[in-house]
Amino acid sequence: MSRLRRFLRTPEALAGAILLAVLFAMALSASLLFPGDPQAIAGPALLPPFQNWSLPLGTDRLGRDVLVELFHGARTSLAVGLAAAATALVIGAVVGTLAGFAGGLVDEVLMRITDAFQTVPGFLLALAFVSVVGPSLGVVVVAIALGTWTGPARIARAEVLSIRERDYVAGARVIGMHPLEIAFREVLPNALPPVLAMSSVIVAAAILTEAALSFLGLGDPNRVTWGGMIAEGRTVLRTAPFLSIVPGIALLLTVLGVYLAGEGIVETTAVRRGLS
Amino acid sequence: MTRALALLRGRLVGSIFVLLIVVIGTFLLLEAAPGDAVDAYIVSTGGDAGMIELLRHRWGLDQSELTRLANYLWALLHLDLGQSVTFSRPIRDVILERLPTTLILMVSATALSFGLGSALGIYAGARPGSFRDRFLSVASLALYAVPGFWLGLVLIVIFAVDLRWLPIGGIETLASDKTGLDRAADIAIHLVLPVSALGFIYLALYLRMMRAGMAEAWRQDFVLAARARGLSRRRIVLAHVARNALLPLVTMLGLQSAQMLGGSVVIESVFAVPGLGRLAQEAVAARDTPLLLGIILTSAVLVILINLLVDIAYAFLDPRVGGSEAGA
Repeated sequence: MSRLRRFLRTPEALAGAILLAVLFAMALSASLLFPGDPQAIAGPALLPPFQNWSLPLGTDRLGRDVLVELFHGARTSLAVGLAAAATALVIGAVVGTLAGFAGGLVDEVLMRITDAFQTVPGFLLALAFVSVVGPSLGVVVVAIALGTWTGPARIARAEVLSIRERDYVAGARVIGMHPLEIAFREVLPNALPPVLAMSSVIVAAAILTEAALSFLGLGDPNRVTWGGMIAEGRTVLRTAPFLSIVPGIALLLTVLGVYLAGEGIVETTAVRRGLS
Repeated sequence: MTRALALLRGRLVGSIFVLLIVVIGTFLLLEAAPGDAVDAYIVSTGGDAGMIELLRHRWGLDQSELTRLANYLWALLHLDLGQSVTFSRPIRDVILERLPTTLILMVSATALSFGLGSALGIYAGARPGSFRDRFLSVASLALYAVPGFWLGLVLIVIFAVDLRWLPIGGIETLASDKTGLDRAADIAIHLVLPVSALGFIYLALYLRMMRAGMAEAWRQDFVLAARARGLSRRRIVLAHVARNALLPLVTMLGLQSAQMLGGSVVIESVFAVPGLGRLAQEAVAARDTPLLLGIILTSAVLVILINLLVDIAYAFLDPRVGGSEAGA
């Protein structure tokens, strides 16, 4: 409880928590507040914001309600960001644990593969993967994870290298546990904290990558995305810049919220560690 | 110096393995793509089933996968990336034509983000915990959260549409017959917005790294020693604290190169800059998978080369790397 209080006492962390809470509320209430198709036509085209209170943020080029699209876009951004980050963390933790625990040739091969993935620009890889397999929510999630798992893998490996020499690992060997069981039941859980500390950075990167993919027209065509809204607004950038600017601000606040909250968590746990 | 060379040789051998893995990866993606080179060719030129059969045989596409991988590697060794269907030209030529533009964009954006980022980082880190330190810390976080392509659009709205100070896109004024310095100035003006959009995103990274590195350096004994010697605060900050925090940033330059290449894809699309990134987007739109994979391979080679250069620079900057003769 005191940790939560300490977390909320830093103004940055509190701001991050509020931003994320608003975002989650938007994502969860999207279908309750605005049931039906978010891409349905709601009024006259290109209505500026704050003109008509039934359409507070105005309408886009096709007369769709920008506020409704914003709410539904929050859902896509959050879902893809969290799913891609979780996938990347799982792949990274497994590869890093295997490499660090097995050592030798397995380590060498896995780390060269990690190097190869770090050499190819992650965004280009995601672009190629989506364009070859075809755009859908699941494919976008995997495409983003392909470019982000390498960081967690390196950190997990470094942590495992120090843990595998500990006494309780030797103990597990003595009682005859299978090496894979030791790696994943004894070593991996203890190697996780520094890997999880990276998660806010990875979630933020995943949200930004998803937006960039949708902006280039490679998002799931059946869903509203903020990146897609920005791309859509770009065609009328001279006459109605707000159509691109509003979803961009939503994106910025979301990523900022993730960073601030993540930093707050890392800082409070660091303080706790420093005191004990 | 000899040990630095040995280190470099080791890196080079490692890089070849890494490149081989990348090639196998792109080959697998190429295989997974629907349709092959013959399909693409027939779509653009027309032909019957007999023709398809003949072409598949002639291009070696009816052979086993391992043979095809061997052929692919053999072609790559001769720097042959295949033929682009959309451009009806060798992929290598199309890429080489676009590469210089992207390199100019990347080098300028890196100079901006590294220069301004580390300078602001020194400014913030000189007085840890002060108001300006906290402000720059939050501001840089906000900057880091800005989507690059959106920043590009906002810059266009402000500086090209509203103020009309700068061109809206492209790399130079079309059909202007400018030459020499005039042309260089024209290109520079066109690059101001794309370089800012790309550079400002990564500026935050260098600022934060510099600041964190300086916070670490302040706690070291040599700072205490410098203070005891009665050096001015300015000298301690610049010659002792900042200097020690600068080295990790050099390594980051290499690591960031892949990110920046990825970022240039969207930025080049936003500003219609005819570089490698824009080419990648055109390849996706035209479903030209061999071209896209050629771009990925080129980027990988570029990233490896940049990292080698950074390693060399690091060996010169940090006398501890590779062990100097005096130390050995």
